[in-house]
Amino acid sequence: MGFREAVRLALQVIWSQKMKSSFSVIGVFIGVTFLIAVVSIVEGMNAYMTDRFAGTLLGVNTFQLRRYPNFIMEDVSRETWREWRRRPRISYEDAEAVVTGITVPVLTAWNSASRGEVAFEGRVVRDIEVIGATEQFFAIKAWDFAQGRPFTGQENRTGQPVVVLGQELADRLFEGRDPIGREVKIRSIPYRVVGVVESQGNLFGISLDKFAVAPALSPIKRSVNPPRVIDELLVKAGSEADLRAAMLEAEAVMRSRRGLRPRDENNFALETSEELLDFWGQINRILMMALPGLVSISLVVGGIVIMNIMLMAVAERTREIGIRKALGARRGDILRQFLVESATLALAGATVGIGTGVGLAGLVQATTFLPARVAPWSVVVGVLLGGGVGITAGLYPASRAARLDPVEAIRQE
Amino acid sequence: MTSFPTLIRLSGVTREYRMDAETVHALRGVDLALTANEYVAVMGPSGSGKSTLMNLIGCLDTPTAGEYWLNGVEVSLMDDDALARVRNREIGFVFQTFNLLPRATSLHNVELPLIYAGISAKERRHRAEHALERVGLGDRMAHKPNELSGGQRQRVAIARALVNEPSILLADEPTGNLDSSTSAEIMSVFDELHGQGQTIVMVTHEADIAAHAAREITLLDGTIHSDTIKEAA
Repeated sequence: MGFREAVRLALQVIWSQKMKSSFSVIGVFIGVTFLIAVVSIVEGMNAYMTDRFAGTLLGVNTFQLRRYPNFIMEDVSRETWREWRRRPRISYEDAEAVVTGITVPVLTAWNSASRGEVAFEGRVVRDIEVIGATEQFFAIKAWDFAQGRPFTGQENRTGQPVVVLGQELADRLFEGRDPIGREVKIRSIPYRVVGVVESQGNLFGISLDKFAVAPALSPIKRSVNPPRVIDELLVKAGSEADLRAAMLEAEAVMRSRRGLRPRDENNFALETSEELLDFWGQINRILMMALPGLVSISLVVGGIVIMNIMLMAVAERTREIGIRKALGARRGDILRQFLVESATLALAGATVGIGTGVGLAGLVQATTFLPARVAPWSVVVGVLLGGGVGITAGLYPASRAARLDPVEAIRQE
Repeated sequence: MTSFPTLIRLSGVTREYRMDAETVHALRGVDLALTANEYVAVMGPSGSGKSTLMNLIGCLDTPTAGEYWLNGVEVSLMDDDALARVRNREIGFVFQTFNLLPRATSLHNVELPLIYAGISAKERRHRAEHALERVGLGDRMAHKPNELSGGQRQRVAIARALVNEPSILLADEPTGNLDSSTSAEIMSVFDELHGQGQTIVMVTHEADIAAHAAREITLLDGTIHSDTIKEAA
């Protein structure tokens, strides 16, 4: 019997027992669905983390100097916390010394931030990130302006009460009116709006457009930090190599300012977006390590179910096997018939699983902020696993069928 | 009759089965020669060994001892797959219970031996149609067994047995499940096939069915009790 003949026969048998067939492939179906969906979501997360998350929080080729890490990726012990809390804060002088000490071409800006309210003519918008920053902050963030302009170095140095708003904040305060030139109040102090930053969308569902940036030396400095203290110094280099060089120089300047000896650890933090991605890489690895386990459990269960179904099929069709043998079917013919049948069964389950997995990924894409990318390799793996499970599970039943004695088999009712 | 070559030769064939601790001697040394174009009825009470003999002649089973030559080939030494090939090419089975595949159409049932012979789909169809027409079922090709009468089912089985042009048509109680008028109908098909030169070996316990054959072999307790060649009809 040819291969095509065997497949045709298998499909016919599977179709004639739709109910039983669909139950028997549930394990394979779940395994493959899971594989496709999880891989799609992880791949989507990957893309999201790399393209968006890390880039948004901390741009490419950028590092920040802080008192202690901003992106805390693992459990931090109480001692560590205590040590962090004891560290000296980063001062204006620290920032200036570091900026002076970096010899490669970079953009630098320091800033401090706190949560606060912004008001306009009695309208108050709460939970706004109020930032005091130096003028290159906007260039480092690479923000485009929807209206107006960033504030200038001159405005910063002279402490002008001007402000740049995020899109959502501007919309909520002014509701379509032109915000430029109007005065908003932060902690009762009026600031003149000079620009509105184009919408940055959102991250994990949180709006990135609820901020107000005023010059670091403007009255805002009193609401964001103690005197002459900053949250962070941002340094953006033109290339990876320049970034590394600038980080080394910054570290050297800070260590000498803090009077650290060679064996002392840094009592400040230098962070790049790589740390963020490293953290994501860890989660990713854990997921990808757990995935084969979870998938193989359902596939093993699925395989056992299929094996039992096939054993039942062999028992039920003993007479048919006997007839086929009497008519000239060799062992190989019978073996192939049942192997093809169980492989086709499992593949059908895998195919539906792939469809469902892709559907689930699409659903996640449509209903959450997470992008889901169906990885072609996961589809290939799904098909191979399905077929593999089918053949493996079919081997024993098929060989039993093939070895049946025709005289005995044909007598069976 | 001597002008025809020897088709089947059994010498000293025994067949034993082990049932638990007991050994059952189904055949105790059978010597038998059949030539092509013979029409043989094998008779005997149940337990006499006629089914065992049929299974051996049909290459479904191999003897415990003794030799079985079919068409000049020693079948008694063959392995499973070789036996399957011989069954496919040399033997056409007709069973008491028809043994058609219930889910398959008449045409597909008749095609089965050709599938295992590796014949192409087109050729298969052509030959299966021809075989069904030969037994008068040209208009029942798409019917499944449960849509056919007993007589029609047995005709499908006969078409299936003949489709590979076997050396021997082996029939095991071919009319056992049929009423008398349908039996007569099936027997006339057999007679006609024999008239066309087909070798037929048939197991039966009914004397009037056996009467269609030209040679009657009676088994008793695993040995040949009588072997009579009747006058040519």
